[in-house]
Amino acid sequence: MTTTTSKAMIRFEDLRQEFTLTGNTFTALDGVSLDIADGEFVTVVGPSGCGKSTMLNAAAGLLDPTSGRVMVDDREVDGPSTRTGVIFQQYALFPWLTVRKNVEFGLELKKVPAKERRVIVDHYLELVGLTRFAEALPKELSGGMKQRCAIARAYAVNPEILLMDEPFGALDALTRVHMQEQLLKTWTQERRTVMFVTHDVDESVFLASRVIVMAARPGRIFKEIKIDLPYPRTEEMRLSDEFARLRTQVWEAVYHQPGVAEAHQ
Amino acid sequence: MAAKDTYIAVETPPLASGSPAPENSQQKPKPASRKSPATSGRKLGRKALLAINFGSVAAGLGAWTALSAAGVVGLPGPVEVLIRAGEVFADGTLAEDTGASLARVLSGFLLGSLLAVPVGFLMGWYQVGRAIIEPWVQFFRTIPPLALLPLVMVTMGIGETPKIFVIFLAAFLSCVISTYQGVVSVDKTLINAARVLGADSMIIFRRVVVPASSPFILVGMRIGLGAGWATVVAAELIAAPNGLGMRMQQAQQFYDMPTILVNVIVIGILGLLMDRLLLMIEAHLTRWQERR
Repeated sequence: MTTTTSKAMIRFEDLRQEFTLTGNTFTALDGVSLDIADGEFVTVVGPSGCGKSTMLNAAAGLLDPTSGRVMVDDREVDGPSTRTGVIFQQYALFPWLTVRKNVEFGLELKKVPAKERRVIVDHYLELVGLTRFAEALPKELSGGMKQRCAIARAYAVNPEILLMDEPFGALDALTRVHMQEQLLKTWTQERRTVMFVTHDVDESVFLASRVIVMAARPGRIFKEIKIDLPYPRTEEMRLSDEFARLRTQVWEAVYHQPGVAEAHQ
Repeated sequence: MAAKDTYIAVETPPLASGSPAPENSQQKPKPASRKSPATSGRKLGRKALLAINFGSVAAGLGAWTALSAAGVVGLPGPVEVLIRAGEVFADGTLAEDTGASLARVLSGFLLGSLLAVPVGFLMGWYQVGRAIIEPWVQFFRTIPPLALLPLVMVTMGIGETPKIFVIFLAAFLSCVISTYQGVVSVDKTLINAARVLGADSMIIFRRVVVPASSPFILVGMRIGLGAGWATVVAAELIAAPNGLGMRMQQAQQFYDMPTILVNVIVIGILGLLMDRLLLMIEAHLTRWQERR
C-alpha cells in the first residue's frame, strides 16, 4: 500500500535551529537529517523540548533555520507557501468566519473563481463530515469538529504536504481515537505526504508507516521505527499483539532514552 | 511584551482565539439545545434581578420624595422636577441644549475614534510607529482632557472648536490604547494560519488583524464615548451659549434646583442610552466571539 517511489517529498538536510531567549542561546535542533517519501505518513514523537514542533515549523517555512535547510519537492523552503498545509493544535480557525468561509479562505487568496470555490469547499466539507455545519461559526463547534474544519481548510488549497502539529492534543481520548480513524480515511482518499507531530505513543504507531523518535537537549533524531502494519488500519489492529509490540518499542525509545530519567527528576 | 503592555490595558475583552478546551465531537453544536440546570437557574435569577432593579429605582425615588418633603437642603421633589422638565421641553430649551451637547459629543467622538483606529494600528503593527507615538499617548493620557481646557480656550477661543477638541482628545486617547492592545494581542497562530494559506502582510492585516482586534476597538469606542460625554458637560460649564452643562451653570446662579436636576437626569439617561446602543452594536459585530 505504501507508495515506494524513492523520491523524498520532504527532506531535512542537516538542520540546526538555535533560539535566543533572554540572552541565552539554546539549540532546539542539531544536525537533523530526514527524508520523507512522497505519499508517506510519518509521525514524530518525543519528550517535550525535543524540537519536534520546531522541525515542523521549519518545514512550514515559519522559521528561519540557523543552518541546514528543508526541501519540499526538491525546492528549498524559504517561507510559508500553499505547497504546505499546516494544522495547528489550537485549530487556528478564524472565529469571525463560518466553517465554509474558513475553508474558502485560502482559495480566495488563490483567486479561485467563486463557482469553483464552492465545489471545492463542498467536497472537503463532505470529506470531513461537516456539510451540515457549513454555516456554523467555530464557537458553535466541538473541539473535534473544529479540527476537522481545519483539516478541510488545509486540504482545500491542495498542498503537496500536510504538517500536523499535535492536532489532536487538546481532545479527549475517545474523540482522539475517532479523529485518528477519520484522518486515515481522509488520507486514504486524498493521499498526501504527512508529517504528524505528537506526544502520544499510541497515536504515533496507529497512524504512521514510520515513527521518528526524537531526543532532547539538543533536539535530534534518536531512532526510526518502521510500522509494518498494512493500511487501512483497523480497530482490531490497534488491539493486536503486533501493535502492542511496536507500541512497546516506541514507548521504550521515548521514555528510556539515555538522560531522560535524570532530566525529569 | 505582555508584561510591559498590561499597565495600559483599559478593559480587555475575551481573546479572539478559539478556546482549546477538550470537548467531545459527538455533542450537538448548538449550546441552546442542551441547557444545563445551571443555565436555566441563571435565567430565572435574571428576572428576579430585574425586579430588584425596579424595586431599587422605586425605593430611590421614594427616598428622594421623603428627603424633599422633609425640606433637606431645599431639594425639589420628583414631581416638581417633572413639571419643570415639561416646561423646558415645551419651550424648546431642552431640545436645543440636548441637541447642542449631543452634536459636540458626537463630532468629537467620531473624529477621535476615526483617528484612533489607524493610529492604534500603526502603534501595534510597526515597532517604529509605536516608539514614535507611545510616549505622547502615555503622557496625554495622564492629563485629564478638561485640564487642557484653559490652554485650549486661550489658543482656540470660546467657540465650538475648543469644546469639540477636548472631547476629541478624550475619545481618541481611550480608543487608541484599546486599538493598540487589540493589535498586539492578536493570536500569532491565526497569523501563521493565514500565512500558510498564502496571505501576505496586507491580507493578514486586513483579514486577520482588523477583525481580530475589532472587539478591543469597540470597547475602546465605548469608553471613549463615556469619556466624551463626561467631558462635554464640564466643558459647557465653563463657557458655552447653550448645552446641558451650560444650562445647569446658568440655573445655579438663580438657585433653580429643578432645572439643574432636569439636566442632570437628562445627561444620565442620554449617557446610558448611548452606551447601550454601542453595546448592542458591539454585541452584534462580535457575535462570533466565544463568551465565557
